[in-house]
Amino acid sequence: MSILTVKNLTKQFGGLVANSNIDMEVQKGSITAVIGPNGAGKTTFFNMVTGVYQPTSGEILLNNESIVGLKPHQVTKKGIARTFQNIRLFGAITVLENVMVGMHNHLHGGLFGTILNLPRVRKEEKEARREAYRLLEYVGLESFFNEEARNLPYGAQRKLEIARALATKPKVLLLDEPAAGMNPKETSELTKLIYNMREELDLTIILIEHDMKLVMEISEHIVVLDHGEKIAEGTPDEIRNNEKVIEAYLGKGAATTAS
Amino acid sequence: MKNWLHTIQQNKRLQALIVGLYIVVTFFSLYLAQKSVVAFLLLLSSLLLLYFTTFSNRVKWLIGGLVMVVLLPLAASQGEAYQSYMEVATLVGIYIAMALGLNIVVGMAGLLDLGFVAFFALGAYTYGIFATGQANNFMPFGHYPLSGESFWVFIFIGCFVAALFGILLGVPVLRVKGDYLAIVTLGFGEIIRIIFNNLDKPVNITNGAMGLASVQPPRLFGIDFMYPSQFYYIVLVILIAVIFAVRRLEFSKIGRAWKAVRENEIAAQAMGIHLVKTKLMAFAVGASFSGMMGVVFAAKQTFVDPTSFTLLESITILVMVILGGMGSVPGVILGAALVTILNLQVLTELTNWLNQLSLNGVISVPDALSPAKMQRFIFGIILILFALYRPQGLLPAKNPVFNEKELKDTDKLVNAGVQKEATQHVHLDS
Repeated sequence: MSILTVKNLTKQFGGLVANSNIDMEVQKGSITAVIGPNGAGKTTFFNMVTGVYQPTSGEILLNNESIVGLKPHQVTKKGIARTFQNIRLFGAITVLENVMVGMHNHLHGGLFGTILNLPRVRKEEKEARREAYRLLEYVGLESFFNEEARNLPYGAQRKLEIARALATKPKVLLLDEPAAGMNPKETSELTKLIYNMREELDLTIILIEHDMKLVMEISEHIVVLDHGEKIAEGTPDEIRNNEKVIEAYLGKGAATTAS
Repeated sequence: MKNWLHTIQQNKRLQALIVGLYIVVTFFSLYLAQKSVVAFLLLLSSLLLLYFTTFSNRVKWLIGGLVMVVLLPLAASQGEAYQSYMEVATLVGIYIAMALGLNIVVGMAGLLDLGFVAFFALGAYTYGIFATGQANNFMPFGHYPLSGESFWVFIFIGCFVAALFGILLGVPVLRVKGDYLAIVTLGFGEIIRIIFNNLDKPVNITNGAMGLASVQPPRLFGIDFMYPSQFYYIVLVILIAVIFAVRRLEFSKIGRAWKAVRENEIAAQAMGIHLVKTKLMAFAVGASFSGMMGVVFAAKQTFVDPTSFTLLESITILVMVILGGMGSVPGVILGAALVTILNLQVLTELTNWLNQLSLNGVISVPDALSPAKMQRFIFGIILILFALYRPQGLLPAKNPVFNEKELKDTDKLVNAGVQKEATQHVHLDS
């Protein structure tokens, strides 16, 4: 069953076509990778799915319901969460609070309830703190819970972005280069984490990644973009041997030598 | 020195002794030396000392409450300077509440607002128009001025009107960001003042530049509130409510959303935060504090005119926030107290002293250089120095420190402890 369907998705910035006529189907519970050389339009694609950009034309369906035209926070409410390529944590607040921000839509303490410090609000906050701590344990960051987020090491910041995204209770999780800047040990931990999340949290995961080892190891379905167009899709094995893909990455000469 | 401080920090009894002794000494020095502004300021700063102790919050509030409600008025009440001390204390309270409001907008939500005094003006005029005969000019029904009993209702009306205008201003203004936002809010502040200045024709609503004179004093159980020593208690009650509200909001879902918006708008949206709603709430809540204090200000001065709400006032409040520490509630309270006292007491005293000297012919200071006229100069210097050397302010904002035990589920306790050790080792290795 497909959870996310993209039809004819196009985005133009003035004369520049960042994405053109992209079609894609993501199966529920799958791990899908979007790859392509730099500037291929991968992040633009993510930005359209999450409502940061409005597509020039085309359709995005989540569970057969269009999410085009929704604001980013509405898309999050519908069940799509994401992390960012250039880390966007809330640097000056603590790690635990960062995760609690992710719970925003699941907390109901209003303005007056908070000012009057109603028991209902207090209880909810306490629960939220515990839940946030559990999520930190899940990604292995619980020892940092009282630290300011900006003081974390780079790899930990990437994991915190994942924990924060999980706090929104998503159905689909979009990871934008989750392994960028990680050492091999951290990357293998991350690979395990992505697997576990899919199994244990009933998630569908879409990721952009340049680390081919990780991509080939983890994903069931790969979509390749180049110059804003989809040039190939298929299983890792199919992609590995696809001429167009090799050409896009290594140039025309490489493709002929390989074949 | 560090060691010495550490010992004190460990020993609560010693702290209690020091704080108690300090309060007693300053209390009696003010009690006996009525004219000593220094003694008055020292007694006030017992609150700062109290802030640095390690007592529980409840104890701090109790002692602080005792000082503010009983000791300070009692100690000051023994001489002629009583009302002028209470006047200063009242104004300090008014400015603290406003600075706390601006702190929500600038410090927590990160929206630079240079026209904040407009909301203060709205509050002041809301009460001023209806508590003088002014409302007779345009209201088709009712009899004005309203009696002093209405003051208590008007605190809430002022709060509501300011919040409403906060939202009305916010809707168009929040389309712009950063520097542009600052300019637009600055414009708004001036527009409100100029409207009040000119709204005497065609229908005379605000009485223009003449202002509204003899505003009804508040009345409760037949007692009129006329003196600063009485307004002191009104301000104190509102201020305590404001501090509680700010503190609770700061560490709630709403406060976290404000900080998230300040830190990174795009990520905040991706977390499901409604950007416009969150910003509007910051504007409305911040403005409402100002509106309440505006009502009190109008009643206290018994006179409202547009010159009280100039750009310099907005800048003054901003200086309080920056000096104290953006986003830090204790810091902003300290900053507001320092700036107000500097303005009202230190500069005035200094001017008087210099005047005295020049009268005696010791030195001659030209009028243009009198300290009371150097406000802008001094604020400018403060801003530059703090931007350069202490951008986080006097008492920087602190994040809440969570208790690990409370966060863990009891049954997982052993397991999590082991995990924690393991990760720590990894951390050390890398």
